[in-house]
Amino acid sequence: MAEEKDPQGAPFSHPKPYGSGVTRRQFLAVAAAGAAAAAAAALSPLRDFGGFPPLREMLQKHFTELTPGQKKEVLERIASQLQEKYGAAPQLTALPPMDGVQYAYALNIGRCVGCRKCVYACMKENNQSRDPQIQYISVLQMEKGNIDVEKSSIDYEGQVPKEGHYYMPVQCHHCETSPCTKVCPVKATWREPDGIVVVDYNWCIGCRYCEAACPYHARRFNFKEPYLPEKDFNPKIDYLSNRPRPKGTMEKCTFCLQRTRAGKYPACLEVCPTGSRKFGNMLDPDSEISSIIRDKRVYIFKEELGTVPRFYYYTDV
Amino acid sequence: MSNLLRFFRLSAGEVLNGDWRYYAWMSALALITLAGINAYCVQFVHGLGTTGMSDHVSWGLYIANFTFLVGMAAAAVMMVIPVYIYHDHHMHDVVVFGEILAVATLIMAMLFVTVDLGRPERVWHMLPPPLGNFNWPSSLLTWDVIVLNGYLFLNAYVAGYLLYMRFLKREPLKLLYIPFVLLSIVWAVSIHTVTAFLYQGLAGRPFWHSSIIAPRFLASAFTAGPAFLILILQLVRRYTSYNILDGAVLRLRDVVQVAMAINIFLFLSEVFKEFYMQTQHVAHIKYLLFGLHGHSALVPWIWTALGMNVTAFLLLMLPASRKLKWLNAACVLAIIGVWIEKGMGFIIPAFIPNPLGEIVEYLPTYNEILICAGIWALGFFIYTLILKIAVPILTGRLQADTEPHSAGISGDKAAVQSGNLKTGVSPGRWGRDKAPSENP
Repeated sequence: MAEEKDPQGAPFSHPKPYGSGVTRRQFLAVAAAGAAAAAAAALSPLRDFGGFPPLREMLQKHFTELTPGQKKEVLERIASQLQEKYGAAPQLTALPPMDGVQYAYALNIGRCVGCRKCVYACMKENNQSRDPQIQYISVLQMEKGNIDVEKSSIDYEGQVPKEGHYYMPVQCHHCETSPCTKVCPVKATWREPDGIVVVDYNWCIGCRYCEAACPYHARRFNFKEPYLPEKDFNPKIDYLSNRPRPKGTMEKCTFCLQRTRAGKYPACLEVCPTGSRKFGNMLDPDSEISSIIRDKRVYIFKEELGTVPRFYYYTDV
Repeated sequence: MSNLLRFFRLSAGEVLNGDWRYYAWMSALALITLAGINAYCVQFVHGLGTTGMSDHVSWGLYIANFTFLVGMAAAAVMMVIPVYIYHDHHMHDVVVFGEILAVATLIMAMLFVTVDLGRPERVWHMLPPPLGNFNWPSSLLTWDVIVLNGYLFLNAYVAGYLLYMRFLKREPLKLLYIPFVLLSIVWAVSIHTVTAFLYQGLAGRPFWHSSIIAPRFLASAFTAGPAFLILILQLVRRYTSYNILDGAVLRLRDVVQVAMAINIFLFLSEVFKEFYMQTQHVAHIKYLLFGLHGHSALVPWIWTALGMNVTAFLLLMLPASRKLKWLNAACVLAIIGVWIEKGMGFIIPAFIPNPLGEIVEYLPTYNEILICAGIWALGFFIYTLILKIAVPILTGRLQADTEPHSAGISGDKAAVQSGNLKTGVSPGRWGRDKAPSENP
């Protein structure tokens, strides 16, 4: 071979493995031991890993594909896990949508005073993480005379309402043509027959494409293990709604389906001191929501995006 | 079958043996990869809160690198087109370097998406039913999974087949690779188009919602990819006996030149559209270029990138860049410029301000940067490893009838001397000629 004939031409040629004091076998043994130690060091943070969930949970199918038997089993498993974690026995349901119901929400933008009671009532009802704090509702303090959100402020403080301002709470708009469900690569978020956009927290892979697609900044991701103190745990929970979420998954407003599918109002509406929040079945012509959509001056936030929200802003005038 | 076993045995000998610089380079890459794995373990245990991302800027450095690398992979096709469509023999033997680059960059791109997942153990949900619940054709991310895996297969197959045939000293059967090569040309355009559609389809992000994104992506990819190959080809011919002619390098210069011109043109076109009427949507590009309400984290980055791109372009337009020294400078500038411009400069501003007008900036954490470095190091590790096998096959030193002993010990540099680098004779077409060192 050429390299043996012309050593001059090979200034960088490989040193002969048998030429030095160390044999190839010894060298490889040291190298292998070093590699094993380095690999162990690299993997050392895994010592803090709490372990994977049980195999049956990891292999659980998509919620809409579970048979009634499997669904029961899943609910029992989650209930017992939660009881262990929070001490209280949860009332875990998987309420189905009601026939002939299409939910819609209307917010009286002329009345809202920006007190943020809805924000915290929502958090209590829906078992959001307290640290880091996750909130579904953003209350924008808008400058009077324009509807440019870029001129709004979300972290206003002190007495409200402030002179020269009005308030515009934003939460999930439960769009009819929802960009978030369209982009989800695994159908972990979808629109239920009653119009509520939900997430299967056991199916979401945490890619956050839905969060990038949402024009209303309505989605929240569990960047850390959510922290919910035992005393704050609300045991009345639903699978698709306010059960505590795991780390690394997406969550959002579900119109409090654990309440609304049982005929109650959402928590944000009940707590509102000004009556700015209205909710109901838009298929029922006699409902308050139908009359607002029919008779009031209603506008849709970012209507030009074609999202067709089930969330309307209106004024009394 | 025994040939295949022999191929693996000889390849193993090839990658385990090298000079001190090979060991130093691979050890350094292995160490950085391990540091990256360590950082990923931290992220895996504690969640994506270990990154700088938030509900406001929900994609960051990972997706930025992903975008850049998909472009690099797509650009491998720029080597293929002249060879197979225009029968440009300057490029014939270097095509395989592009295909190997595509393999390495695709693996990196897929790793970058994987480390971005909040629940990586659920990635099987992406499989088609009945196992997973693949949202095809609605979600562009599922399209991306299909086209990236398909492209990985195409490039691994074509490069693997051609190299293996060369190893066996057999003429490759045209029917077994030309259709795949032609398919890979169309496919290359598709991977970057799909990746662009991933962003430009989102009406809620005005910075991305522009029909110019896919062409921009292709232009910047065809800038950075061939620029990278220009550097790689020179390294290969410097450190091995594999003979790559200046003609091939200069042909790639033409590609980089034109692609950079188009890239800058499309960027300016976007800038004009945003600033002429100054709608509310101008906020994002204002944040990127000049800062917004006192927030300006990206401003120094983007001006560095634009400066590099323009300098690279000017250099490429001057005859001076026919000299390799200047060409290399232009290539380094172009690669870094494009990496910033279509990575951080494209992903982050779409989130700032957020859809409710709030400005929350993004700064990657140390842990996040380590993970990125780890993936890059692993990519270079894989690329070097494949080149270590591919180059001796191309020179003809590693063949089915090679003695196992001599296979391991590199004589590449010697072959350069005794070979025909200076005479400028190409080592010949696939599998037909003997190795240069065996020429009389």
